[in-house]
Amino acid sequence: MFGLDKKDTSLLIIVAIITLLAPFILNPFPEGSAMAQFNAGYPDLMQRFVIFGIFAVGFNILFGLTGYLSFGHAAFLGVGSYACVWMFKLLGYNILPGILLSLVVSGIFALGIGYVSLRRSGIYFSILTLAFAQMSFALAYSVLSNPKFNLTNGETGLQVYTDDPQVLMGPNSPTVPNLFGLEMNATYKLELGPWLFQFNAGYYFCAIVMLLVVYLAIRIFRSPFGLMLRAVKSNQQRMGYTGLNTRPYTLAAFVISGMYAGLAGGLMASMDPLAGAERMQWTASGEVVLMTILGGAGTLIGPILGAGFIKYFENIFSKINDNVLHQWFAFMPDWMENAMVFIVHPFIGKGWHLTLGLLFMLVVIFLPGGLVEGGQKLMRWIRGDRRKKKAAEKAKSTTTTEPAE
Amino acid sequence: MSRSNVTRRGVLKTGAVTGAGVALPTIFTASSAAAFTNEPTGSSVTLGFNVPQTGPYADEGADELRAYELAVEHLNGEGDGGMLSTFSSKALQGNGINGKKVEYVTGDTQTKSDAARASAKSMIEKDGAIMITGGSSSGVAIAVQGLCQEAGVIFMAGLTHSNDTTGKDKKANGFRHFFNGYMSGAALAPVLAANYGNDRKAYHLTADYTWGWTQQESIAAATEALGWETVNNVLTPLAATDFSSYIAPVLNSGADVLVLNHYGGNMVNSLTNAVQFGLRDKMVDGKQFEIVVPLYSRLMARGAGENVKGIFGSTNWHWSLTDEGSKAFVKSFGTKYGFPPSQAAHTCYVQTLLYADAVTRAGSFNPCAVEEALVGGDSSLPGISSEANRGFLFDGLGNGQTLYRADDHQCFKDVLVVRGKENPTSEFDLLEVVEVTPVAQVWYEPDHPMFAGGNLGECNPGA
Repeated sequence: MFGLDKKDTSLLIIVAIITLLAPFILNPFPEGSAMAQFNAGYPDLMQRFVIFGIFAVGFNILFGLTGYLSFGHAAFLGVGSYACVWMFKLLGYNILPGILLSLVVSGIFALGIGYVSLRRSGIYFSILTLAFAQMSFALAYSVLSNPKFNLTNGETGLQVYTDDPQVLMGPNSPTVPNLFGLEMNATYKLELGPWLFQFNAGYYFCAIVMLLVVYLAIRIFRSPFGLMLRAVKSNQQRMGYTGLNTRPYTLAAFVISGMYAGLAGGLMASMDPLAGAERMQWTASGEVVLMTILGGAGTLIGPILGAGFIKYFENIFSKINDNVLHQWFAFMPDWMENAMVFIVHPFIGKGWHLTLGLLFMLVVIFLPGGLVEGGQKLMRWIRGDRRKKKAAEKAKSTTTTEPAE
Repeated sequence: MSRSNVTRRGVLKTGAVTGAGVALPTIFTASSAAAFTNEPTGSSVTLGFNVPQTGPYADEGADELRAYELAVEHLNGEGDGGMLSTFSSKALQGNGINGKKVEYVTGDTQTKSDAARASAKSMIEKDGAIMITGGSSSGVAIAVQGLCQEAGVIFMAGLTHSNDTTGKDKKANGFRHFFNGYMSGAALAPVLAANYGNDRKAYHLTADYTWGWTQQESIAAATEALGWETVNNVLTPLAATDFSSYIAPVLNSGADVLVLNHYGGNMVNSLTNAVQFGLRDKMVDGKQFEIVVPLYSRLMARGAGENVKGIFGSTNWHWSLTDEGSKAFVKSFGTKYGFPPSQAAHTCYVQTLLYADAVTRAGSFNPCAVEEALVGGDSSLPGISSEANRGFLFDGLGNGQTLYRADDHQCFKDVLVVRGKENPTSEFDLLEVVEVTPVAQVWYEPDHPMFAGGNLGECNPGA
């Protein structure tokens, strides 16, 4: 289907089903129960899952295929966000012009940065991209945000004001980001007994965009172009010796990957019309590297898993406070309760980085292929187990056929 | 084999989806048409406390959270009731808000706009918070205030001192009790002129975001009106931890006053650097070199230690005040935590009480009704003749008579000018109140140039 082989089609279909049913899957616990703390099925976080999924899938096209480790991808995300918010300010709240401009601007940005950075490879390439990203951050944070010439609004973040031009806005246009009138923050709430499921227009828009770009990524992975990128990863020197100029290929991969990041930035701004400089900082660039490696670099689904994993920790674990802990351990005697809270305390709330770091170490040490490898191992184990059981049963039946009289 | 497996799963999933789709219309519970976002329907109501737990303002954030927990206790009728008994409005009975028990969720703003909005969004969407409050940075306050306006919940700003919060970025759903840069300038400048003379050359180091910009503008304008000259203004990043490279140029600039438009951890570091460079022992043209910190707090003074002695600044509130409200608050805070509250804790506590009181008087959690109760009154401050002098007048919350002004949702009250104590008697007794500047001196019209350009808009009740 769609020019994919059967395995990729089923992968795409599985991803589609999971993303479309995410409001159910992510809200397994009833409202008001103690476990509701771990529900992730609210619009903001679901949007983040798919947007950072797009970001990581794009990053993986560069890192997973060519092996070039960019440490400055957040710059494209940030540029995309700013472009999108500026469209909101100038034209109006329809998200299409904003997202288109974020694609164009991030593409141009990536072309410029890639043209310079790709002259080097390995660690030097990483450092160059990091330097560019930090420069963009500094520009956005302070240089381009003084009261006289305010392009980015610095620390506060660029946002839309009621006195902005917004030339395409009619008197009855919605005053929140929308797609031809469909408001991105419109949420349909479904109450099923004690459960509450939220279906958000913005989430489904992002999810559809993600399915499209995942499809595109699969096509790139399976194309001759993708093969060429893999060849760059395995031995670029040898390709050079055979007379092949690899730079146009790596540059194309860099630009595509930058545009994925720009798209993610545009979507972020469309879901929440504010662009802050922090999303260009090096920590944000490092985060996408973590996502990709955690999920499985070079795999199709891995980066999305990694993105979901990290965002879940960032948003759910960071909100558990001591009060919640005391509720959990309330069944214990007082001294034990306090001791447990004392032990768990460093790993929750603002300590979520610590938990994530530990998990990241475990994954990298025991599952170098990321969560995808973990999944594969699990499947193999289950299948192997079943096969063994079958074999054992067969053996049993053959042995028991002989009566012991 | 693997293919058939996947297909089977696909079939199962498709079956499940179709099943759910068919079953969906039959199991619609009458989803109650809520009149506004997160209308509380049960026996409790959830407030969202969004404070910095990491970053340069983490100390303030921790103290804010303590104050919120105390306020929730008092609202629910536990503890000694704190300022509930001294508050001029007697609507609060200690039985929750409108009879609903107060519960709360917390989040970390990280002093970053993006993170703060994500945290506030999850409180609104996931936890059903009806009101968001907190924050120790104006950048964050403005970002979250915009979010609350869009989402249709009330935002009670915590510590935010930028003119823009109730100036060009003001929103109908946002309210500020804290004072602002303009008020600091108006209160501080006369005291500075009286102590340091009228011909001084000031060098500003300014945190590079909305608060720093507007405070610098305000202080420069107020001091220049009294004859001072502003030599230079250098912007420093909020995330900076070492200010040596910014301090060194001050030595050769010819300036004789250094104004540190820094707060929290920033101010602790920049002041320490400045003292290490020997600025306070320096003489310029026969005048003693002086340092001024326009926005002061006890937490900062504690962080900077010895270095704050004799340094002037302004503050919203100080625990050594002796009115009934302040005494009650300091007593119950001290009983619970063992040390006096900071100004950040005070403003957050007061904001929570003011919100609860407004809801109770309005008899509804609807943001529009709350706005009406919080600023809609006709009372006015005595002694100020102005069209804009109307709103909700209250007393007994530690700042004397205070007006929540209707035109921009800003509180007007007396401002304290303080100085680092030379001989502190305890580790908390670090600041002394030099002057209580009357509210008339810090009053401004809503269309003052430093605040112009904004638009409150309409209150938004959301869904």
